[in-house]
Amino acid sequence: MTAQSAGLPQARRRPPSWRRRDRWWGWFFVAPQTIGMIVFVLIPFTLTFALSFAKWSGLGPIRWIGMSNYTDQLTDPVFLRSIVNTFVIALITVPVGLGASIVVATLLEKLKTRSIYLVMFFAPVVTSSIAVAMIWQQMLRADGMISEFLATVFGITPPDWLGDPRLALIAVCMVAIWSSMGLNVVIFLAGLKNIPPSVLEAATVDGASAVSQFFRIKMPLISPIIFYSTIVAVISSFQTFDIVYVLTNDAGPDNATRTMVYHIYDVGYRSAKFGVASAASVILLLITLVVTMIQLAAQKKLVNYDL
Amino acid sequence: MTSEATTSRPGLRWGPIVMHAGLIIAALAMVFPFIWMVLTSVKTLGQLLNAPLSLLPDPFTWDNYINSWNAVAFPLAYWNSAYIAVLSVVGTLITSAMAGYAFARIKFRGSGVLFVIFLATQMIPKQVTLIPTYVVMSTLGWVDSHLSLIVPAMLVNPFAVFLMRQFILSLPIELEEAALIDGCGRLRIFFSVILPNLRPGLSALAIITALDAWNNFLLPLVLLNSPELFTVPLLLSQFQGQYAGVNYGLIMAASALSTIPMLIVFIVAQRQILNSMASSGLGGK
Repeated sequence: MTAQSAGLPQARRRPPSWRRRDRWWGWFFVAPQTIGMIVFVLIPFTLTFALSFAKWSGLGPIRWIGMSNYTDQLTDPVFLRSIVNTFVIALITVPVGLGASIVVATLLEKLKTRSIYLVMFFAPVVTSSIAVAMIWQQMLRADGMISEFLATVFGITPPDWLGDPRLALIAVCMVAIWSSMGLNVVIFLAGLKNIPPSVLEAATVDGASAVSQFFRIKMPLISPIIFYSTIVAVISSFQTFDIVYVLTNDAGPDNATRTMVYHIYDVGYRSAKFGVASAASVILLLITLVVTMIQLAAQKKLVNYDL
Repeated sequence: MTSEATTSRPGLRWGPIVMHAGLIIAALAMVFPFIWMVLTSVKTLGQLLNAPLSLLPDPFTWDNYINSWNAVAFPLAYWNSAYIAVLSVVGTLITSAMAGYAFARIKFRGSGVLFVIFLATQMIPKQVTLIPTYVVMSTLGWVDSHLSLIVPAMLVNPFAVFLMRQFILSLPIELEEAALIDGCGRLRIFFSVILPNLRPGLSALAIITALDAWNNFLLPLVLLNSPELFTVPLLLSQFQGQYAGVNYGLIMAASALSTIPMLIVFIVAQRQILNSMASSGLGGK
């Protein structure tokens, strides 16, 4: 093949061997990412399923024990607590965080000079989640500034945000919203800026008020972005770990802020119950997939792709 | 507002004032924790305990910075985080641009199926494979080595592959065809035609990858044990575990030492960072 192509003039017409060599180039270019995917994603992913049916501490022989890791986990009140907590975090942070971001983005869009605001809203996003959790942990101390302030102003006993099991999860949600809001503001703002001015001018001429323009025109037009951000926000709220690990010192009083990922870390890494943690991981994956599917189904009714 | 005012000049008087007031309050709520961090870090323990509501330091002290700087190895953690981030970024840019180029421009057997697999793996959260990843790393002998963070970061980023493919698809194909007719090989085209034209996409990807690598916590927590290998977030969490009960001025000084350099980088490069975030529609975490 090579001899044949060498005999032909190289320019003008592509020799057939060129296409054949191209196949190899295709594989050459995808090779690094493909090898990485196999070694660091597909193999661990398969292992997660395999180990979920096994009892193994990382050392010694693996014992196959069928479904008992699953029955063990699904009847474990600590694991069930972590599922409930994870859902509570998603149900609070996603609507509140995205709602607030849309409002802020809409207000910012009307300004001429918005970069100072954007910098302020985005600063928490570039800050490491560990530093974020450390700062808030000290601000939310029972003898700290926020609690003392509330106690002085309202004459209540200073709330112990991180020590009270009922408040701890709310504190986690608050910090999660604070640290991710800037990202959504930036994304929504980009979406709003993409709306053709002619559409809004027409609405203004027709006498649509600012509020009805917002709900009837802007929201539907950026609905694909809202939808995409919702899916990303739900998935990332299902992965909450850093904040509960630091802010509420190892998942809070009485496992009040234990999330599913914290549970996987705790059972798998700390207690070296690889099988149990793998079963919990598979359950986390299934929950994530089902929730994403539901959102994809809802998308058909709610999202407008006309723009 | 009266109805005359609304009809003649819609929302002109109060609208902007309320809007600005709301935005200013919200924006201050976003930066207040940082201001509080800095003010707390220069207070004495006595003031923190006796007057939790006082905002300004009295007396002012640098002791917390000196003590936290001396307590743990900040410069080393900075170096670790920085070189891991740089290698992760360089690796990601090269490998994902390569894969993106193949998926966008080269017809080869299996490319369709492979691309679907790439898209599907994007759905698997890293946390789901945490335990087996540890098993794989210990099989490779990479536990307690930076290789366990750098190599996967360089070789695994399906989102980046997708992003690069989209960027390459949007480049005019005439550029490459001209080079092909001139007898350039694929490798030559990739380096001298694709990469230079891909610069905006690459810089957006570089920023996202760098932020991700810099703030990565769960994997280093599980994979690194030796304090001299610690990254900045890992060092911070270890520091917090040791000193949180002791003196929170010290904790805030350590937080400031780790966040302020990043905030300065962000403020300097704000336009590029915000644009990359907006264009990719996806960030860290």
